[in-house]
Amino acid sequence: MQTTSNVQSAGAAAAVSAPAAAEARYLGFTARQWGWVLGIVGGIALICAPFLMKNYRVFQLNLVMIYAVAVLGLNLLTGYGGQISLGHGAFYAVGAYTAAILMDRFGVPYWATLPIAAVLCLVLGYLMGFPALRLGGHYLALATFALALAVPQLLKYKGIEDWTGGVQGIVLMKPQPPFEFSLFGEKLSEDRWLYFFILFVTVIMFVLMWNLMRGRVGRAIVAIRDHPIAAAAMGVNLPVFKSATFGVSAAFTGVAGALGAIAVAFVAPDSFNVFLSITFLVGVVVGGLASIPGAIFGAIFIQYVPNIADQISKSAPWAVYGVFLILLMYLMPTGVMGMLRLLAARLKR
Amino acid sequence: MEAFIHQVTSGLATGGIYASVALALVMIYQATHHINFAQGEMATFATYIGWALIQAGLPYWVAFALTVAIGFIGGAAVQRIFLKPVEKAPVLTNVIVFIGLLVIFNSMSGWIFDHTIKPFPSPFPTEGFLVTKYLGGHEIGSMLVTLVVLVAIYAFFRFTPLGLAMRAAAQNPDSAALVGIRVSWMLALGWGLAAAIGGIAGMMIAPVVFLDPNMMSGILLYGFAGALLGGIDNPWGAVIGGFVVGVLENLLGAYVIGTELKLSVALVLIVTILTIMPNGVFGKKVVTRV
Repeated sequence: MQTTSNVQSAGAAAAVSAPAAAEARYLGFTARQWGWVLGIVGGIALICAPFLMKNYRVFQLNLVMIYAVAVLGLNLLTGYGGQISLGHGAFYAVGAYTAAILMDRFGVPYWATLPIAAVLCLVLGYLMGFPALRLGGHYLALATFALALAVPQLLKYKGIEDWTGGVQGIVLMKPQPPFEFSLFGEKLSEDRWLYFFILFVTVIMFVLMWNLMRGRVGRAIVAIRDHPIAAAAMGVNLPVFKSATFGVSAAFTGVAGALGAIAVAFVAPDSFNVFLSITFLVGVVVGGLASIPGAIFGAIFIQYVPNIADQISKSAPWAVYGVFLILLMYLMPTGVMGMLRLLAARLKR
Repeated sequence: MEAFIHQVTSGLATGGIYASVALALVMIYQATHHINFAQGEMATFATYIGWALIQAGLPYWVAFALTVAIGFIGGAAVQRIFLKPVEKAPVLTNVIVFIGLLVIFNSMSGWIFDHTIKPFPSPFPTEGFLVTKYLGGHEIGSMLVTLVVLVAIYAFFRFTPLGLAMRAAAQNPDSAALVGIRVSWMLALGWGLAAAIGGIAGMMIAPVVFLDPNMMSGILLYGFAGALLGGIDNPWGAVIGGFVVGVLENLLGAYVIGTELKLSVALVLIVTILTIMPNGVFGKKVVTRV
């Protein structure tokens, strides 16, 4: 194949290279057809997966998808926007508590809490984005770090205890599946129903982010990261875009938080400590900064690696996280997705 | 009134600790223009080493000196091993490495010395001629230690050739290198000093808050607030800022918002200072050229 295309390009100069590439076939399918095949197979696998494993495993998968949405949100801010946040656990907590309070005190159905959490976090993030405008690099990291450290204390505050349940937190009920169904002899349990619900939301969030980033807005955000002055000179409204990036990023993480509250059916202040924020940062770095699919790899990493490391020692997961963070910065600063891209480029040659 | 004076004096005592943490942060900021997020965790780890030395039967002040020495060497080693490769990397890379160090030190403290809360001995007498009903022996002692450290640091930077070299390396690395100063090693020295100061702060605060792996996280935040208040490039400002934050925290905690929201005071303080006067009270204005 290589030789024929070489001959062709030698014979007919530049005219053929584009159609020749479009018709390239791998094992009888074009690239586009392969995309469809993989998509359909992947879709079927995603639908069957929860019925092929135990409830607990399904629960873990749910958490992976939730973390993926949270990491995606942080990646918009840190990866694409270049603004460092060590406090995204705060927005996750706000989302989680919004969902929990609405369900527990006001009887709002679980699915309806998501948009409310998103809007609330959007507003909060936008407001947090204002001081962030004046803070670059380290200082922003510092301010958000302070936010992350203060969150558990704020949630325990006596004045709002009637709503938040104080130190005890709020215990919720997992939503019942709306219909009976079974596959491979396994019933559609609560966790399995949640799996499909969360999968649906996750797909929507990823499509939203995809569309946001490939258009004018996405280019503006990246331009601000790479050269703020040049971006401003090109007509990008810096303050609006930077605050809005913060807001949208917070909204994604807030939705993840609401999903988290629904999936775990429990919220308590101490689960939203500074290490949650660091976990998200680990997810972003492992998956790859400024990469949308990378969020999935990052989420898989932060869900499963601690479980494995936990078997060594109670403290081991964090040591492993730390070592990974530092090693990745030296050896693979673009994360898993960067490495995959590199591999793909090698294979093509 | 008596209660008020008591709140102020004990605020000054904790403020002394914040001042030393702030001083350590300023040390690293001056040398590298980075904010070390792992400062608190490194200090906690050093304190654990001190605890282990005391448990091994060494007299307190010998253990103290050893801890400071180990902290110094450890801090310099951390800079050489972990931060030298990313010296010229973007801010994000550095912050991530700092966070990596933070979780590594935090989990090492828990892993090696386990998570139970430990009491830490105080070297100062509970009775003495300076001890009043407002100030305990440990509070006076730790304030004195902070002041001694501060004067020593000041003298070091002001009067020794090495201190001059370090200041030169921080201010203008290229010219400093041209006159024969080994800039990279000066940074390591700065890290060593900061870690040593952090170790001292840790050993001073541990008798008050007890020793556990997360001991310093709140203190670090107040240290940040103090450093920012005084201006992050000014050691004296940082120390004054530390004392002010200590008193402010105690007074607000006692009279305005209650003890539960103390950490949020630091948060509000940090955000306010950064937005309204990013250079702090005593800091220099920095003008950047495009």
